[in-house]
Amino acid sequence: MIKVIKAGLQTTVQDRGRIGFYEIGMPPSGAMDQYSYTVANLLVGNAPHAAALEITYLGPELEFGSDTRISLTGGYLPPKINGQAVPMWETLEVKAGDVLSFDFVKSGARVYLAVEGGIDVPVIMNSRSTYTLIGIGGFQGRPLAAGDIVHTADMKEKDVPVGSKIADTDIPVFSKSHEIRVIVGLCSYRLTDESKATFLHTEWTVTPEANRIGYRHRGERLQFVEREQPFGAGSNPSNVTDLGYPIGSIQVPDGVEPIVLLHDAVTGGGYATIATVISTDLNRMGQIKTNDKVRFVAVSLEEALQARRETQAKLSRIAASL
Amino acid sequence: MSTMKTLYEYGGDEFIFVQLSEEMSLESNFTGMAITRKLKERQIDGILDICPSNASYMIRFNPDIVDPAALMDELKEMERTTDPFDVTISSRLVDVPVLFEDPWTHEALMRFRDRHQDPEATDLQYSARINGYDNTEDFIAAITSAPFLVSMIGFVPGLPWCFQMVQREKQIEVPKYVRPRTFTPERAFGFGGAFSVIYPVQGAGGYQLYGIAPAPIYQKEQTLPDFKDSMVFPQQGDIFRYRSINRDEYDDIRKQVENGTFTYQKKDFTFTPKEVLADLETFSENVMRRLYHD
Repeated sequence: MIKVIKAGLQTTVQDRGRIGFYEIGMPPSGAMDQYSYTVANLLVGNAPHAAALEITYLGPELEFGSDTRISLTGGYLPPKINGQAVPMWETLEVKAGDVLSFDFVKSGARVYLAVEGGIDVPVIMNSRSTYTLIGIGGFQGRPLAAGDIVHTADMKEKDVPVGSKIADTDIPVFSKSHEIRVIVGLCSYRLTDESKATFLHTEWTVTPEANRIGYRHRGERLQFVEREQPFGAGSNPSNVTDLGYPIGSIQVPDGVEPIVLLHDAVTGGGYATIATVISTDLNRMGQIKTNDKVRFVAVSLEEALQARRETQAKLSRIAASL
Repeated sequence: MSTMKTLYEYGGDEFIFVQLSEEMSLESNFTGMAITRKLKERQIDGILDICPSNASYMIRFNPDIVDPAALMDELKEMERTTDPFDVTISSRLVDVPVLFEDPWTHEALMRFRDRHQDPEATDLQYSARINGYDNTEDFIAAITSAPFLVSMIGFVPGLPWCFQMVQREKQIEVPKYVRPRTFTPERAFGFGGAFSVIYPVQGAGGYQLYGIAPAPIYQKEQTLPDFKDSMVFPQQGDIFRYRSINRDEYDDIRKQVENGTFTYQKKDFTFTPKEVLADLETFSENVMRRLYHD
């Protein structure tokens, strides 16, 4: 059992996501940085789909009710147990009454806290992930608040010794500028050739609108090919007949401020989508902060699949080493 | 019809997006419905989501299990070999009561007049005028006299995009707000582009607001009988008939919702796109007869 003393900015229960309900307008939710989330579970011997806490920007203060093992992965919010600095990306031991707290964020945006056994909340539509927009999943459908008592589940599969860690080379480094790989496509035919090039050449700045729903970027204005709008599409040149939005898809309402849609996004709407972030780089997207710089780099499907295989190979290697 | 042929695109390494046409039409929606329903029946390993949309559809897949290029080829093959208008669609006819010009959406739309094309009129007056109707009564009659096809579900859980089953020249088309509202009441009935919607939950929105539905289309608690199997009531392919009700009936339905007894008046119904497209007026009459008299 874990007692929430301070909630932090936004601490939610997340897992691999509520997958398979797009058709009814339900986005997947789930951990924004699936790589860090997966490693966190591995470090405490949990089943891969055990729920963890996703901690955003400003960490919570949590008191443990019993002796257990935990791990912390993701962005670097320096963690402390009873005021003493402890390492991330390592199997840690806590005693009943120990208090976990965090210093201000040094790099990245989100930390994953896995607890032996996983977080115990009801499974809603195959997932324990929190979707705050309609208040389902996770802990009562909302971020944690001071005074909440969170229980742990029974999803431990393996005993991982305290002090286990992963290779330094497997720990991602998050700077303030990011290259995010995308597959250009979907309705990119709506952009002028010049604007397609501008989209890829611009160094975009992440605006304060950057959360689990999506990240909005400031930079250059993009232009759409002139046309008479088709029947059913809206009147703005950035409008199309309402369609589905893939996770990671990028839209540019009215040509200003591209938005990357993420795990809690709307599942469809009437804006032309122009590219999609590859699955591997969604992890990095989840570690980006307001005012960070982003460049979108076009890759082929084959390159995207190669990146995916490399990430999976890395995770298999980590799993085998623990 | 648009001259552009079907567009097949990858959305990253986990999605395929298929745009059947740029413009909205019953033909495009039926085509997407036929292909996605057939695809569902095949139960291909590695497909995670099949998401039919208005004039397009989207598939989410696990590329570790199913090869993206092979899947895309298969979708193309399905388009080539499926006669989308000859398939039988199982659907439901649903009576959807709406209180037009209600106090709640009126309050909301008056708050955001500065974001509207015509600050001097209500959304209903403005929409009636630009669609060539003499008054709002005739405009409401046009909405309620012919059924709507639920052509897509999404945006947020349960929101149905509905496309009226009438000839193109009779179709209502309205712009969205100049700038979106920051507030829309739960269950508001609105119109944007060529689509009507019901907002499942309170929130932002840019559609013209005409009224409010007394019955929910989304219920998280799943206590009402229609929500036993899913938090979301509408299904793509449903046929909704919006029925104009008065305040007394509105209050009565609200009471039924609150005490957990409300159920939608609905009938199972099958049709082929061919018969719909051949004669929309006869189809509409059949829908009304089956829903209210059979």
